[in-house]
Amino acid sequence: MNSLANTTPEMLVISPENGVLLAFRRDYRLAMRSRGEIIQALVFFVIVVSLFPLAVGAESALLKRIAPGVVWVAALLSVLLTLPRIFASDYADGTLEQLAMSPYPMATIAAGKMLAHWFTTGLPLALVAPVLGVQFGLGTSELGVIVASLMLGTPVLSMIGAIGAALTLGVRGGSILMALLVLPLYIPVLIFGAGAVEASMAGIDYAANLSLLGAGLLLGALASPFAVAAAVKISLD
Amino acid sequence: MIALAPPSLRVENLTLSRGGRPLFRRLGFAIRSGEALVLRGANGSGKTSLLRMLAGLTEADEGEIFWDESVCKTASAKLRLNALYLGHANALKDDLTAIENLADALSFDGVNVTQARQVDALERVGLSSRQHLVARRLSQGQKRRIGLARLVLSGKPLWLLDEPTNALDAEGVALFIRIIDEHLLAGGMACIATHLSMQIHAPMRELSLDEQVLLESSEAQAATPAAGINEVAGVDGAARVTHVAHIAQAAEAT
Amino acid sequence: MSIFKYASPSTFYPLAGKIAPWFAVVAAMLGAVGLYLGLFRAPVDFQQGEVYRIIFIHVPAAWMAMLIYLVMAAYGVMALTFNTRLSSMMMEALAPTGAMFTVLALWTGALWGKPTWGTFWAWDARMTSTLILLFLYVGYLALINAIDDKKRADKAGALLVIVGSVNVPIIYFSVKWWNTLHQGYSVATSGSSMDPSMRMPMLVMTFACWAYAIAVALWRVRAIILEREKEAAWVANLYVASPPKTSGARA
Repeated sequence: MNSLANTTPEMLVISPENGVLLAFRRDYRLAMRSRGEIIQALVFFVIVVSLFPLAVGAESALLKRIAPGVVWVAALLSVLLTLPRIFASDYADGTLEQLAMSPYPMATIAAGKMLAHWFTTGLPLALVAPVLGVQFGLGTSELGVIVASLMLGTPVLSMIGAIGAALTLGVRGGSILMALLVLPLYIPVLIFGAGAVEASMAGIDYAANLSLLGAGLLLGALASPFAVAAAVKISLD
Repeated sequence: MIALAPPSLRVENLTLSRGGRPLFRRLGFAIRSGEALVLRGANGSGKTSLLRMLAGLTEADEGEIFWDESVCKTASAKLRLNALYLGHANALKDDLTAIENLADALSFDGVNVTQARQVDALERVGLSSRQHLVARRLSQGQKRRIGLARLVLSGKPLWLLDEPTNALDAEGVALFIRIIDEHLLAGGMACIATHLSMQIHAPMRELSLDEQVLLESSEAQAATPAAGINEVAGVDGAARVTHVAHIAQAAEAT
Repeated sequence: MSIFKYASPSTFYPLAGKIAPWFAVVAAMLGAVGLYLGLFRAPVDFQQGEVYRIIFIHVPAAWMAMLIYLVMAAYGVMALTFNTRLSSMMMEALAPTGAMFTVLALWTGALWGKPTWGTFWAWDARMTSTLILLFLYVGYLALINAIDDKKRADKAGALLVIVGSVNVPIIYFSVKWWNTLHQGYSVATSGSSMDPSMRMPMLVMTFACWAYAIAVALWRVRAIILEREKEAAWVANLYVASPPKTSGARA
């Protein structure tokens, strides 16, 4: 193990896993202390999805056809709105400097924070989505694909989003700028995620879409902690 | 306290400009085990930037930082393992209690401290009755005191403190000075940016970052008229580091 | 070390000043030749008629849009690994040109689309990808302009473009995937079976665009260097008591 524990007798084991775990536990606990924010993001998701029938009409065939796109776009926007939670308050109260100075590598802390963010945003969204799918007249198997695609896709949204959130820390007009940076990068996730649901509706094989989402998840998990750590350091400098 | 290996921090040729304005150029100094360096300077003279640079948060334009005589890259693991930085902000989460904040900070510092010792430390800084209060309900001074408890427990040899006495009352300042003295006597090091004149008993030097200002601290002259300038460095040789030998008093405090 | 000699803005400034006009001249000449060949010498397309001639601008512009982003990403890698300020300045200098070519590609694509497909915008895979590329350029420009501290802006921009460039192939692939799923307009690619008399002007125009982009980027980077280094002594020397000869030798 990568132990630096011999400097003082009281050192913890500075291993990457511990860094991830520590950061995850901390952010998860903080999110749970202000549970309202998690629920607000969910309510936002439900409201945005509910706007569409009001805007395009209640014709059930049309609603069913646009359902995958609507659910996915709404999920994407909900995640986007929660991105500041990853770093903004830590940046404002000085905690982010402390995390950057921690002997745990920043990449591991970033990974823990992204995991906690997904746990408190993407995961609840994926679990609520079937209810909305029912409102749009989707069948059981399609609902399953919606959940699966969101489960695989929303972690990628947290990862890409964390890069944007870290780069725009303390920048004027930060949140709109962050959306500008992040949304174009979200496009592949949106295409494969909504595509999976559409494929299952059309009776085509949707496994390819899910595999591509999985590949994206893997690539993100490998690369994003380092990109986020670099972005945090740039923003703190 | 913990016995420290003979640590030292040395800085050479440090140059930094911010927004096109040079803050300091070719700055050099050393902090040895048991010594404190007090940073002086007007607002905007670069005290915070220098501390953040020592903490590895800000990258210098030029120059090197040596820990135990080996070069440290920005935010090197060695520096992060050995230094503790307390900035302007208290780095506390409003939703966590005093003791939760302390425990979190310590685990991210990489040190393992029992709950009992944490409670003791909070008691020492006068927060024993407030330990289960969420940080939101603590006063600014009380929040600062959590930072003091963290200093005591962290066991890090190098303390980088940015205006640590801000918001502390007179008793809090006295407590802070006691804590610093203990740390230095145990062989620790501190770099403190402050505008207060502090009566630290351990060896203390001052570094003025005001450009083209030769600093002969009145305090230093009063204490050791014959001490003289031990080490010359600073902003292109203009500012100086004045050695304040308080060894006798330090021995007294033991 | 010799490579890094020109990475110093004070050395690069006069060098860029000397090279840029040459590229401008080359761009103008190649542009004139390419347009002449494309508009007057290339045969009329038997399917699309005269309208197809817009590809002599459209295709090089689309290539440049993509290429400049990748060049920016390469500069971004240099900026972050070697910490060279000039790399970031080159990124900043290239971005507006890249965005301009992206807009040009979209614009000419729309003009071509109207007579060919009957609509200005058709959510064709390549058009959509180019649109997303434009978003990436806009994001970069917005980010570096929103950050006041130049050092931070440089690094943040570099990181963003690197992340973006990793995403560019994924975006292209995903959009293509999306396009086939939705059975959108499929554009007949004339690339492989293109007549040499059509390919020649396209190639000449592409080199013209390259030369233009280099010339403009060099001039722009000179302006950026002056702006950033305005406090430096060598910049002051450029204008104070400078003999009418070029001041490059001094730096």
